[in-house]
Amino acid sequence: MSAASPNTRAGWDSPLRRGLMLFAAMFLIVVAVGVIQGTASMLLILVQATGFALIALGLNIQWGYGGLFNFAIMGFLMVGGASTVFLSYPVNMDFWNSDGPMLLGRALIAFLVGLGLVMAVRQSHRIGITGTLKTVLVVLAWFAAYVLYRSRINPAAAYIEDTAGFVGGLGLHPVLGWLFGGLVSAVIAFFIGKISLGLRTDYLAIATIGISEILRALIKNMDWLTRGTMTVSPMPWPTPLPQALQANGMAIADSFVAARVMFLVLAVIVLVVAFVLVQRAYGGPWGRMMRAIRDNHISAASMGKDVTGRQLELFVFGSILMGIGGAILATFTQIFDPSGYQPINHTFMIWVMVIVGGAGNNWGVVLGAFLIYIVWVVSDPLAQLIFLNLSALTEQIGWGAIPEIDSRALQMRVFVLGVVITVALRFAPKGLIPEVVHRTN
Amino acid sequence: MDELIFFINRVLISGTVLGSIYALGAIGVTLIFGILRFAHFAHGDMMTMGAFIAFVLATALAAMGVVLPLPLGFIVLPVAMVITAVIALGIDKGFYAPLRARGAKPVTLLIASIGVTLMIQGLVRLIFGSGTQSIYVGQPKEIFRLDMSWAGGSRPISITEPQLLMFIVTALLVVALHLFLTRSRLGKAMRAMADNAALAQVSGINTALVVRVTWVIAGSLACVAGTMLALDVALMPDLAFNIVLPIFAAAIVGGLGHAYGAIVGGFLIAFAETLAVFNWTAVLRPLNGVLPEAMQLPANLALVPTEYKLTVAFVILVITLLVRPTGIFKGAST
Repeated sequence: MSAASPNTRAGWDSPLRRGLMLFAAMFLIVVAVGVIQGTASMLLILVQATGFALIALGLNIQWGYGGLFNFAIMGFLMVGGASTVFLSYPVNMDFWNSDGPMLLGRALIAFLVGLGLVMAVRQSHRIGITGTLKTVLVVLAWFAAYVLYRSRINPAAAYIEDTAGFVGGLGLHPVLGWLFGGLVSAVIAFFIGKISLGLRTDYLAIATIGISEILRALIKNMDWLTRGTMTVSPMPWPTPLPQALQANGMAIADSFVAARVMFLVLAVIVLVVAFVLVQRAYGGPWGRMMRAIRDNHISAASMGKDVTGRQLELFVFGSILMGIGGAILATFTQIFDPSGYQPINHTFMIWVMVIVGGAGNNWGVVLGAFLIYIVWVVSDPLAQLIFLNLSALTEQIGWGAIPEIDSRALQMRVFVLGVVITVALRFAPKGLIPEVVHRTN
Repeated sequence: MDELIFFINRVLISGTVLGSIYALGAIGVTLIFGILRFAHFAHGDMMTMGAFIAFVLATALAAMGVVLPLPLGFIVLPVAMVITAVIALGIDKGFYAPLRARGAKPVTLLIASIGVTLMIQGLVRLIFGSGTQSIYVGQPKEIFRLDMSWAGGSRPISITEPQLLMFIVTALLVVALHLFLTRSRLGKAMRAMADNAALAQVSGINTALVVRVTWVIAGSLACVAGTMLALDVALMPDLAFNIVLPIFAAAIVGGLGHAYGAIVGGFLIAFAETLAVFNWTAVLRPLNGVLPEAMQLPANLALVPTEYKLTVAFVILVITLLVRPTGIFKGAST
């Protein structure tokens, strides 16, 4: 960091002026998108960007504040989405009137019995069983618990899928579903963090990617709970749907704009609340302690800070925001499709947002989220335009038209994302609005 | 006898095929980690890229009217290896070397490698589309059937031509790598640098050269693994992106930085996956005649359902990281 205090830096170097200029530029881009693509699709982009900004804030807590590597973002988004499905989707009476709940109850009991068995065997050193014998017993207990649970859940799952399709929801308000998404993410993050936070950064990255893929495989294949690849739709909105507005006599074009504006307002309220909380936490003693751990965890530990415990806190808090964000996105698109989740769109893109925006600076991260999401969405039509022109050119010189322009242009955004991240790492590793480090001498 | 043949077909052959691919990929990952100390995430897409280079070359050969007894994708492999190695060197020069020169942390390099992954993936799909291609340009896939009737089996042991080629090539490459690492001066320098980079530099080892050689080996092995995978399954743009995690699992299980560990890890993960989804009833069916009525084997007795096959690798990965992060061969832990 330069020795000059923030007040004396001029022009581009002043973080405040830089931030204001960048936000103004982003506003102009949003307006331009609105003029070119229409208000309704601009609102669509804005709502989704707001959801991604919330998720990026979650990653900022983990990576920006605490230096924790989390590549399991996709898993948490799926957990958030599946949780909001469970809470807010209309009640499936076929399921509740069948034997399904009872079978699931038995599976739950089998699960608890298995868990109890493993816990009991893990305590076997108290009666003098130690060393290799204990390890063998623990492995056997895990295996027995797994077989027991599988023997109960398999018939239950098959029965539910045959009679009722899937469990259905509880029919509660979607906002409750969002909170529930955050809660379930927090619980899962607690266990993931508990087992993996002791690992070094790059091992942690690989472990979290693995865990995220395990979560995806589970959610995708537990048809009885999430309906798997058959997808759940339509999900209810917390605000009136365009169709409801049309029923009240609103024109179709206006109804989409009005409904999306209402949803956007709600999403922005959630984002603002989260932002204020996260920003206040950054400035407070808690945030200072987290930065101390991030910058030198050995010295922080020697000052008496509980490093792993604090990192677990960060991991859980960040994952709550990811779960809520994932729930908002699933509710907004009205469809929960487990096969629609990809590491590129749902893990790496969030990382690009945080790094390009400026890890550790919440304003930067929100800016990065909106900017990268717009770049992501806009590079598809731009690439199509380029391809169509190229295609016309190749036709003129007699090579024939370029086939499958649509699907190819869609891939352009993956390439653009890769270019953006490598360029950012090389030329602006601290991001567009870097973290402001206050030094008091 | 039929049960045994079924077991050989379903577990031994397909496990070895998968293991060879994992091992070839994991050697590259582990060498890069040993020398450059970062997890090279773009390795899967380097495999895909290598396969597509082989595809282009094979298509060009076929267009020239060349007809050979072996698959063209296999014939062009040496050229494709060279091209992939050159591209790997270029990627290092363009994206990783500047970051290393700045003294960036390994985590930054890991993120940069994800950027490279996205670029390669985007480019491959941009150029070749996202559909499936066949690397068999105008040739059918030959299947060898070993008749087992002399041993009382009614079904043959079947193995396809690319699978047989893959076994041979993997074995040759592994032996060549072993000789290189243990006999040649450069190989010894590589091991020295993996052990202690600063000490290696002080004792006069040309570390820049070692880095280049690492990329050449990793790139060409990635090309072989990708092409073999494409010959065995099919050529898709996201061919190797799906198996980059099992490859990392193999490298970590074997101990990162440890070339022999990567080979063992590759086969271990592959057989664990294959055995976990294997339906044991198919082998144990004769027992039904002995067992009482109440204990008859169910129709499907697999440890995990088939759709969770890849999950097995991740579970092994997570357990290894928790129980023994240095892997079975005590790889680099820093």
